[in-house]
Amino acid sequence: MKNLVYIFFFLSLICNAKTITVGKTYPVKTIKHALTLAIDGDTIIVTKGVYKEGNIIINKKIAFLGKNYPILDGQNKFEVLSVAADSVLVKGFKIINSGYAALDDPCGIKVYDRNFVRIENNILDNNFFGIYLQNCKNSIVKNNTIRAYGKQEQLIGNGIHCWKSEHLQIIGNRISGHRDGIYFEFVTQSVIWRNISNNNIRYGLHFMFSNDDSYITNVFKGNGAGVAVMFTKNVKMFNNYFEENWGDSAYGLLLKEIADSYIFNNRFARNTSGIYMEGTSRIKVEKNVFEANGWGMKIQASCMENEIVNNNYVGNTFDISTNGSLVLNTFNSNYWDKYEGYDLNKDGIGDVPYHPLSLFAVLTENNPSAMILFRSFMITLLDKSEKVLPSITPDNFIDNKPLMKSLPL
Amino acid sequence: MNRIIKIILLDILKNKIVLAYTLILAALSWSSFALEDNSAKGLLTILNVILFTVPLVSILFSTIYLYNSSEFIELLLSQPIKRRKIWTSLFLGLSLSMVLAFGIGAGIPLLVNAPDSVGLMMIAIGCLISVIFVALAFLSSILTRDKAKGIGIAIMTWLFFALLFDGIVLFLLFQLADYPIENAMVGITALSPIDLARIQILMHLDVSAMMGYTGAIFKDFFGTSIGLIVSFLLLCLWVIVPFFISLKKFNQKDL
Amino acid sequence: MIDIQNITKKFGKLAVLQDINLSFQKGQCIALIGPNGCGKTTLIKAILGMVLPDSGSITVNGKSILGEYLYRNNIGYMPQIGRYPDNMTIGQIIEMIKKVRNSTADLDEELIRAFELDKMFDKQMRTLSGGTTQKVSAVLAFLFNPEVLILDEPTAGLDPLASEILKEKIIREKEKGKLILITSHLLSELDDLITEIIFMQEGKVHFHQKIEDLKASTQEDKISKAIAKILKNNRHEPHY
Repeated sequence: MKNLVYIFFFLSLICNAKTITVGKTYPVKTIKHALTLAIDGDTIIVTKGVYKEGNIIINKKIAFLGKNYPILDGQNKFEVLSVAADSVLVKGFKIINSGYAALDDPCGIKVYDRNFVRIENNILDNNFFGIYLQNCKNSIVKNNTIRAYGKQEQLIGNGIHCWKSEHLQIIGNRISGHRDGIYFEFVTQSVIWRNISNNNIRYGLHFMFSNDDSYITNVFKGNGAGVAVMFTKNVKMFNNYFEENWGDSAYGLLLKEIADSYIFNNRFARNTSGIYMEGTSRIKVEKNVFEANGWGMKIQASCMENEIVNNNYVGNTFDISTNGSLVLNTFNSNYWDKYEGYDLNKDGIGDVPYHPLSLFAVLTENNPSAMILFRSFMITLLDKSEKVLPSITPDNFIDNKPLMKSLPL
Repeated sequence: MNRIIKIILLDILKNKIVLAYTLILAALSWSSFALEDNSAKGLLTILNVILFTVPLVSILFSTIYLYNSSEFIELLLSQPIKRRKIWTSLFLGLSLSMVLAFGIGAGIPLLVNAPDSVGLMMIAIGCLISVIFVALAFLSSILTRDKAKGIGIAIMTWLFFALLFDGIVLFLLFQLADYPIENAMVGITALSPIDLARIQILMHLDVSAMMGYTGAIFKDFFGTSIGLIVSFLLLCLWVIVPFFISLKKFNQKDL
Repeated sequence: MIDIQNITKKFGKLAVLQDINLSFQKGQCIALIGPNGCGKTTLIKAILGMVLPDSGSITVNGKSILGEYLYRNNIGYMPQIGRYPDNMTIGQIIEMIKKVRNSTADLDEELIRAFELDKMFDKQMRTLSGGTTQKVSAVLAFLFNPEVLILDEPTAGLDPLASEILKEKIIREKEKGKLILITSHLLSELDDLITEIIFMQEGKVHFHQKIEDLKASTQEDKISKAIAKILKNNRHEPHY
């Protein structure tokens, strides 16, 4: 009985809520006017058209909906949409031309210190920052398309920028042309799921001091420097694609000062380096595919207690490379297409251990210009003799149970 | 010109060595592609063939053929034919048959198994390398009348470009590691046709590694279309220069 | 028809031809004789453009042959030792040369029949005896009805019958008004053939005379005897 009363009370609230339609042919012509008319719980529907109203601030708990993608134009001067109330829904807008400034980071959509905000199905085009969540909780950014046309790192902001937040869901967005596609700093217990972040100037995903997050089934392709995950614990990275990140310091995935994380079932294809690890410990790298990378993995000597198990290494120029002779990580049961051993007892595991580190990988680590000799007959000879009698490469850099057949991943 | 090329071409194609060469190339290529489910290993095998076998066979076969056809050359010389024409016809005939052997032996499996930029690049480079070493054979066989000496020169030429040159470059690289020698290294590769060819193929085969890391020099030179054109022009120079030197010498040779 | 002026040729330090001056006209049949290594073959090869003289000039029909090749259309050459690609047959060789010349003139295939080579067209060159090879060379030299015939030791290695056939052929060609240049050791063979004689020694022309003059001055009937007489008179040159 008590419950029924509550339900009735809420229903009456909903019925009380009104809808304000904004448009040229409607009584309410401007968004700002609509906002002054609205109270908490109202819905504002903006119809098709171009609205140049400077900075629009939403400070009431409303649903702010666009019909047929009305255009909010910041005229390269203003922050277009600022959300300063909890529980706001922003949906269906095309937000373009935010201002550009070096100091106060004008955005397409910025949320200030709020909870339960949802930003869905918007198109953001040519903004300095795309969507900026600052000190937010329990918020969702979903199915937005975020484009920018940055040329230089300093002259453009990030696509989705999250700072000091928790319990965020970043789902199904497409981001391109920004500095970093998705940027996380001090963001915890959040999930990044099914986003496509490509052709950003710096990182597809940039991750710092953000513990206990997961990112799952995202595509990071053709970004200036790939993906960076730094100074973080407990990150789960599942089912992601890291592709075509090329350049001097470009990595499919850059791991720096990471601990206790799990990298599972990802695909690293055609990157200069698939994974680059530095100061990384207690990470498990399992069931990933490393395909056609320059370097499958670069594991610096500062890494320890990492486990690399059941991965496929196919068609990489170098499978593994390192900068020292210290090896504190274990490799087991991976498939290496360069393995030339045999399997007499037919248990699917090669009878001779595999040394994934080639002499030439070590040579080029010390002297990068030696790359010019790669695959020359001379180098092939040297490499073969090193495989038989390791002298320069550390002999405990070894996979004791190399697989004969690639894993079906 | 055509009549003589035709005669020479038919003569070479009847040669069992050329036939064997074609068959061996074909067997190698097809089997290395069939062995693995991805084409990477096959491409690597053919790369090694291009860098190693093709130069050796081209230079050795051509040198021996030239010495063995000294009678033929003499016979033609007493006929009303330009010397330049005889020598050029021989060159075209030999080049064409080497290219044909490579094209049938390695080109077809490449086209079938790797019909992408890597495969096409390899075919183009393989043909060029064949012609380059035929040209070098012409040079080495005109340098001396003695067949044994001429074959010796041919083998040394091959050994130098296939092996020693890279050894010298490696040595230089580590001796001069403290200096900014990267640009100089790009220049040095122009001194060996095999290295030029190798790097052009690498730019496609190991694109991820070559585009990164040592990045700058490779990307800025070999990776650009200008670099590609310059490399191909340099490779063509490796055909033209040795051949024209030999042609000049042949024009003044007493028979 | 052929003018040779101041030709000099050295192979290394060895002077093979020293300042040679000669002139040959149509209708002449000239014997070029001399000891081994006196430069006969080199001189012939120089005319054919196979050896390039160090200095001097050779003109054929008034045109320098330097860098030229078309004049060889008018020359038939029979080498001392014919060397042919081993794996070609007689028929193929003759076919090939026909193709190379691409001549529209009437072919003179008389010698093929006379030597009965048409029965051996399928034989490979490496299986042939020296004599048969010579026959092939002779056939090729006469094949295109050239105005000039240069025959280097034509009868060496031929059996008497073939030798006779060739000699008769040479005489017939001479009567057609062609210029014929023969080198030979066998002086006796030359008697009925030649109109002039050139004797070379150590790269120099020792003498160049008409046969009638030679016979008259030595009062000998046979060329061989006449030559011998001249050489005897020159005994003071001790190295012969």
